[in-house]
Amino acid sequence: MPEYVASVGMEVHAELMTRSKMFCRCPVAFGGEPNTRVCPVCLGMPGTLPVPNRRAIEMVLRTALALDCTIAMRSVFHRKNYFYPDLPKGYQVSQYGETNPLGYAGKLEIPASGGGYKRVGIRRVHLEEDTGKLMHLPAGGSGVDFNRAGVPLMEIVTDFPPDITTPDEAKEYLAQLRQILVYLEVCDGKMEEGSMRCEPNISIRPEGSETYGTKTELKNLNSFRSVQLGVQFEVRRQTAVLDHGQRVVQETRGWDENREASFPMRVKEAENDYRYFPDPDLVPMVFDEAYLESLRATLPELPLAKSRRYQEVMGLSAYDAGLLVADRDWAAYFESAVELGGDAKTVCNWMNGDYARYLNESGNTVGSGNVQPKQLVELTKLIEDGTISGKIAKDVFAEMFRTGHDPRTIVQSKGATQISDAGAIGEIVARVVGANPDVVAKYKSGQTSVAGFLIGRVMAESKGRANPQLVRDLVAKALDE
Amino acid sequence: MPTRLSATRLAARLAAKELGVREVAQAHLDRIATLDATLGAFLTVDPDETMRWADAAQAKIDAGEAGPLTGVPIAIKDNLCTAGVRTTCASRILESHVPIYDATVVRRLREAGCVMVGKTNLDEFAMGTSTENSAFQVTRNPWDFDRSPGGSSGGSAAAVAAEMAPLALGSDTGGSIRQPASLCGIVGFKPTYGRCSRYGLVAFGSSLDQIGPFARTVEDAALLAEAITGHDRRDSTSANHPAIATQALKSGTLRGARLGVLKETLGESTDPRVTQGVERALDALRAEGADVHEVSIPSIGYGVTTYYIIAPAEASSNLARFDGVRYGLRVEGKGHIGMMEATRAAGFGHEVKARIMIGTYALSAGYYDAFYLRAQQVRALMRRDLEAAFQDFDLLVSPTSPVPAFKIGELTSDPLALKMLDYCTIPANMGGFPALSLNCGFADGLPIGLHLMGPVLGDERLLQLAYCVERALPDATGRPPLP
Repeated sequence: MPEYVASVGMEVHAELMTRSKMFCRCPVAFGGEPNTRVCPVCLGMPGTLPVPNRRAIEMVLRTALALDCTIAMRSVFHRKNYFYPDLPKGYQVSQYGETNPLGYAGKLEIPASGGGYKRVGIRRVHLEEDTGKLMHLPAGGSGVDFNRAGVPLMEIVTDFPPDITTPDEAKEYLAQLRQILVYLEVCDGKMEEGSMRCEPNISIRPEGSETYGTKTELKNLNSFRSVQLGVQFEVRRQTAVLDHGQRVVQETRGWDENREASFPMRVKEAENDYRYFPDPDLVPMVFDEAYLESLRATLPELPLAKSRRYQEVMGLSAYDAGLLVADRDWAAYFESAVELGGDAKTVCNWMNGDYARYLNESGNTVGSGNVQPKQLVELTKLIEDGTISGKIAKDVFAEMFRTGHDPRTIVQSKGATQISDAGAIGEIVARVVGANPDVVAKYKSGQTSVAGFLIGRVMAESKGRANPQLVRDLVAKALDE
Repeated sequence: MPTRLSATRLAARLAAKELGVREVAQAHLDRIATLDATLGAFLTVDPDETMRWADAAQAKIDAGEAGPLTGVPIAIKDNLCTAGVRTTCASRILESHVPIYDATVVRRLREAGCVMVGKTNLDEFAMGTSTENSAFQVTRNPWDFDRSPGGSSGGSAAAVAAEMAPLALGSDTGGSIRQPASLCGIVGFKPTYGRCSRYGLVAFGSSLDQIGPFARTVEDAALLAEAITGHDRRDSTSANHPAIATQALKSGTLRGARLGVLKETLGESTDPRVTQGVERALDALRAEGADVHEVSIPSIGYGVTTYYIIAPAEASSNLARFDGVRYGLRVEGKGHIGMMEATRAAGFGHEVKARIMIGTYALSAGYYDAFYLRAQQVRALMRRDLEAAFQDFDLLVSPTSPVPAFKIGELTSDPLALKMLDYCTIPANMGGFPALSLNCGFADGLPIGLHLMGPVLGDERLLQLAYCVERALPDATGRPPLP
């Protein structure tokens, strides 16, 4: 049996976070009663005309810039003609052509499995409008909800031949892309609500072969996990098909979340003829360098660049840096704590440790959290200057998370400051040593490891407040006497 | 008789309260009731609706807020959306369609205080040059009931010529205002593309469509143009330009005006009676001091061919929305697509289907470059040639129609001849140029139209010169042989 290599092309649709739809003033939102966010324009009533949403165009341009695309300085909308009940005008306003989409010939870098980075080529980033939703009614028959019709939709398509060759890369590409869109504040990235949709196409070919295999396209993938599993499933399925001497059928397949398997949806017959032509109701979009420059100036530092900086400048591990940049607010929190004088590594440990766990457990996000960066830094300072022990600090942080109080206030009210008074600790040590003659005897006979037991007893008696270093020193001293 | 008065005169007498708006509206409704059973100009007449418009206009007058057209009746082509009033496009597929919104031009008419007397007949979806393609009725020419009023805005033209309304709105994709104006002996004006918002005009060929006025005088047409034009944020192709101004309408002169007569439009395919009529008119203009020269622009010869690729291509896409899902006719069929097929098969007439087929073909993969793209290139060439001509001429002049009104049914068996009727009018749509037709004489009792075309955004100058031409041809106007 030959070994196969997979090729995965990614087609992502992202609903833009504009307030209003692409060509009318209806609001953009998720869910709601069917057909409550509609007007004559997005219903395609006779005589209506589209007026483009400037913000949407700007969002696509910013995304295209962030993905290192070439920007089409003159770009037009086309009509993609086909009939379907959820398509109000009988055509979708979209963009056609190789160099006409707002952005083309870009790239996205993803962390490679063997370390380093891999470049994934982007073929096009274009703007179009979403369709409505055809639904089967409980009472029988079907209906269409047009709330989604006309919502601005950005399509991002990877290069052919594809750069992505594994399910992990497919997932990583999507994760990176999602992060970028969220960082740019152009899409909320909610795959489960359909505001970000991914349709990978998968083909395999024998290792060393130059010709690409027949591809299948996957639909209904509504999480990163299902994208990864779906691609994996398809690669295995196609491998089995070829190993049995059969041929892969060019088709669109759905993903069954429960069975974790794909199933045939429709076979792709002849290429659909969409009769694309420039929409005569819309004038060409023309941009100049100054405008693009002003957009470029609004681009935030992107997650991958941030992650690299955290590793190279701040000395964090790739894993830690990755966790920090996964969310724009989370990274901002980290940076502001570091700016306030926090040690990068320490702040990072607190954030990715206790703070992340508490946020997770409480279902809160960093934006709604109680602990301010300034307070976290203060806590780390209290440990650093020996005011409290690391162990106590964990309790203090729990209290901070619950109440939002400053660490210093909590420490004072609890009397939780660290005891560094050698006299006071000496008394406890003397008491513990006196109460455990058998342990002391073991120590004297050469079993030095039992010192740990005595240290633990002392810490317990001090309710954890004793300075651990001092305790260790004094216990050793008492035993060696 | 108020129905004989021009819009300008009517407005003056209404403002002076010598006439009431209801009285004027009723006089026009009465005339419609008398004549329209024969003429068939109107698809919808709703006296109660008309009186609501009339009362609103009267209130404006009473409040001292009358404008130049307040209280003046108007007929509206039935492809312009009127909130609450059926808008059919003369198609079965929209037979009972009642829009929930007003077209921008209709809204502007309400603001101007015009009074809608009814919705007029047209070729289905404005596809035709005779108004015979209406799914509902034939419209007859007021000058000869056996003849066509032209099209596609034949209902509006007949209504104004027969004094059932002093004003009407039409739409013009390849001559659909100017050609019927010519055949009915009145004034029809297509403004520069973009000066009049298309919002609410049921689209035929979006890059060519333009709404415009019908009237019995140039002055009336200009006032109506002023009322309906101006930038509209609902139409992205609307020119960022103010409404057409009329204050200088009467201060023009033909003395020294440079008129270029399009040689290609007076050849052997033009009826000699039309050629003679136009030449007589040109003599009269020369006598007024106009500088008249012949000019040859061979590329306009490709106009009709080019038009019959671009307009159907756009139409094939524009008419895709009539699928039975959201409004209009629905005929059940097997599955969703079956329902759409059955609806469109039953809802569209023959000519509409033919044009959808032609347009679909012209846009298909493998044919796009040879047809649609090539047509757009020829169009750009034609526009460039015409623009160059406007360096030398103030107006380009030709007949509007190569023939006077033809008999109903006479050309239905000869679709090519019917389509050649647009020969003189199509170039204006191709280049977005403003153009106007006004009567310049008669041939055996039938009106002959003179076509004047100006440069882009030269609407004011075009109207100014048209006003002069009208004055220079005092014998060119007349009333059709009606009671």
